[in-house]
Amino acid sequence: MTESENIVAETAERIFADLADAQTINGSKDGAWKGPLWHALAEAGLPLSWVPEDCDGSGASLAEGFGVLSAAGRSALAVPLAETMLAGWLLAQAKIASPSDTMTVAPANPKDRIALNADGTLSGRARGVPFAKGARFIAVLAHGADGIAIALVAIASCRIDPGLNLADDPSDTVIFNNAKPLVLKPAPAGFDQTALMLMGAVTRSLQIAGALESMLEISVRYSNERVAFEKKISKFQAVQHNLAKLAGETSAALAAASSAADAIANAEAFDDALFLEAAAAKIRCAEAAEKGAAIAHQVHGAIGFTQEHILHRYSLRALAWRDDFGHESHWGVELGKLVAARGADELWPLVASR
Amino acid sequence: MTAALRFDPIRLPPECEVLRQEVRAFLADEIAAGTFDPHKPQREDSDAPEFSRRVGERGWLGMTWPKKYGGHERSFLERYVVTEEMRVANAPTRRFFVADRQSGPVLLKYAPEHIKMDILPRICRGEVCFSIGMSEPNSGSDLFAAKTKATKTDGGFLINGSKIWTTSAHIADYMIAIFRTSPSTKENRRHGLTQFLVDMKSPGIKVNPIAQMTGLYEFNEVVFEDVFVPDDHMLGEIDGAWKQATSELAYERSGPERFLETYYVLTELVRAVGPNPDSRGAEGIGRLVAQLHTMRRMSVSVAGMLQAGREPVVEASIVKDIGTIWEQQLPHRVRELAAFVDSDASNHATLDEQLAFAIKTAPKLTIQGGTTEVLRGIIARGLGLR
Repeated sequence: MTESENIVAETAERIFADLADAQTINGSKDGAWKGPLWHALAEAGLPLSWVPEDCDGSGASLAEGFGVLSAAGRSALAVPLAETMLAGWLLAQAKIASPSDTMTVAPANPKDRIALNADGTLSGRARGVPFAKGARFIAVLAHGADGIAIALVAIASCRIDPGLNLADDPSDTVIFNNAKPLVLKPAPAGFDQTALMLMGAVTRSLQIAGALESMLEISVRYSNERVAFEKKISKFQAVQHNLAKLAGETSAALAAASSAADAIANAEAFDDALFLEAAAAKIRCAEAAEKGAAIAHQVHGAIGFTQEHILHRYSLRALAWRDDFGHESHWGVELGKLVAARGADELWPLVASR
Repeated sequence: MTAALRFDPIRLPPECEVLRQEVRAFLADEIAAGTFDPHKPQREDSDAPEFSRRVGERGWLGMTWPKKYGGHERSFLERYVVTEEMRVANAPTRRFFVADRQSGPVLLKYAPEHIKMDILPRICRGEVCFSIGMSEPNSGSDLFAAKTKATKTDGGFLINGSKIWTTSAHIADYMIAIFRTSPSTKENRRHGLTQFLVDMKSPGIKVNPIAQMTGLYEFNEVVFEDVFVPDDHMLGEIDGAWKQATSELAYERSGPERFLETYYVLTELVRAVGPNPDSRGAEGIGRLVAQLHTMRRMSVSVAGMLQAGREPVVEASIVKDIGTIWEQQLPHRVRELAAFVDSDASNHATLDEQLAFAIKTAPKLTIQGGTTEVLRGIIARGLGLR
């Protein structure tokens, strides 16, 4: 699906343009923008995009929801829209209805495991959970004696050790100490923590790619305005080539993320090919975030390093999102192991199958 | 910014996968028959005329061209599959590759009918080799500084001057070259160059080999001394070659050959590390595979947009820019990772040989067919900076 066919994403973009303007948010001291923004998103049914109608959601397709995430990345959106979408998607895997409030998801780090105890309570620690502080509910993937379960838990029944990511958005440790879920159901066959991590990785990849698109746009615009040595800095070849490199990194991130999203939207199972797509997207988008953010800042000079300028809203989120649902080094190791286990002569067939 | 960058997640259609299996089976047979060794990219057998004819017999040359010229009216995506499978197998494609990718499409667009009817079917049969005459001793990236002259004479033109770095000129049957037919103008320094089809058997052409630092012989200096080219061999508009060059670049810039040139070292590294790599080896391979996959998805996306009739000029330049830099860096990254591999690995000698060749090849990858600097200028223009 192309972006222009995606009415759900267009709705999201309109709301972001009206209520999540980067300049306005950057100047706000009290966070007053958050209430009206979330209200509008909820009214439009966007947080529950991926929840089927019979689970109280809006029943948008995966592809439509991915379009919303790209748009959220382009806006460097700092409310838990992606997290609530992911939580709703996770709950829907087990046919658990979603509450209509802010949610997040655990674990968000592939190394963390939440245990499902024999009495139906949950134990364990999930680190780096985005927007846990302030969310009302958390969707949890837990490992029990009988396999994997999915649970809806009230944040109030967990302990939250608050933290912040690079962009000062909440990134918290959530401690489940015999927490009693509101609803608990077994995960469908074949669904495991890796599937959740891959979906989270693609979510963050789309957001990073979106943030890079905006960094490219504002950097190009700035270079066409700023005058130094008596001409626009966009006329200097060194600046042009840096921006061409930024366009290259943005393109790589866009291609990798949209390919992985398309793969998940059309997949029947979380197989090796899907693993390649999603892991590669997270790795390549993280690399692009590093190189791209550096160039965007270089083009802006000192003004881009200020609190007052909006550039950091995009650059720091793109860099922060690298850490969620598997660091690129984690996915590098996992993808490398998969490739090595399949053997040298199976590498090209795997790549060419996509 | 003029327009947003687009890399739609285009997938190859099912007919491509059937074709891919046919190409793989064909290449496996050729390897078994000893036509070429896929593990030896440094070999000297890359001009393989019989192989070229057999590829033509399979219908894999001129795949997208009209049937009346010997073509097969298949899609760009099908051609893409054939190209990438040949490249990954290190097949000896030198004899037909330029004609199939570039020269044939130029003739299709600009040559008179009788020339198309004569030459295109022979390209499709794998019988003819083309070279491209662009660079001159004092004009490389600055194409419009070309000085080699085409002077009007009775019934045609007389060519005087020289071209340089001309790949395959020593085995080529034809060259498509640009020559100066008028001086450039004050308003347009690109004015005055014309594209011609030159029969390499014409009297007055001298091909002087130029040895490369890899040890292979691929490119040449070509000297023209009163070489007669008939009027009907002029391609397109007189003095207007600059208008013709740009639209074809998207096809030339974004194909699988723009990131797979050194791919073989990655396969061999995976073989050397074995099924249970340590974290460093695994992470290194994982990152390289992620980059490879991304490059290919970008390249397929551009091919799909071309097939759909769009002109993704900026996207194609981006694919070549980051694809060639990637294939240039690949052997160095593989070398770093290979340093940790058990030197008793059974393929260690093969990997070492390949690495040496790939590292020697690497510098040319960001120069040939448009340097990184030229590409970034094109991208910058597309971004609205120039």
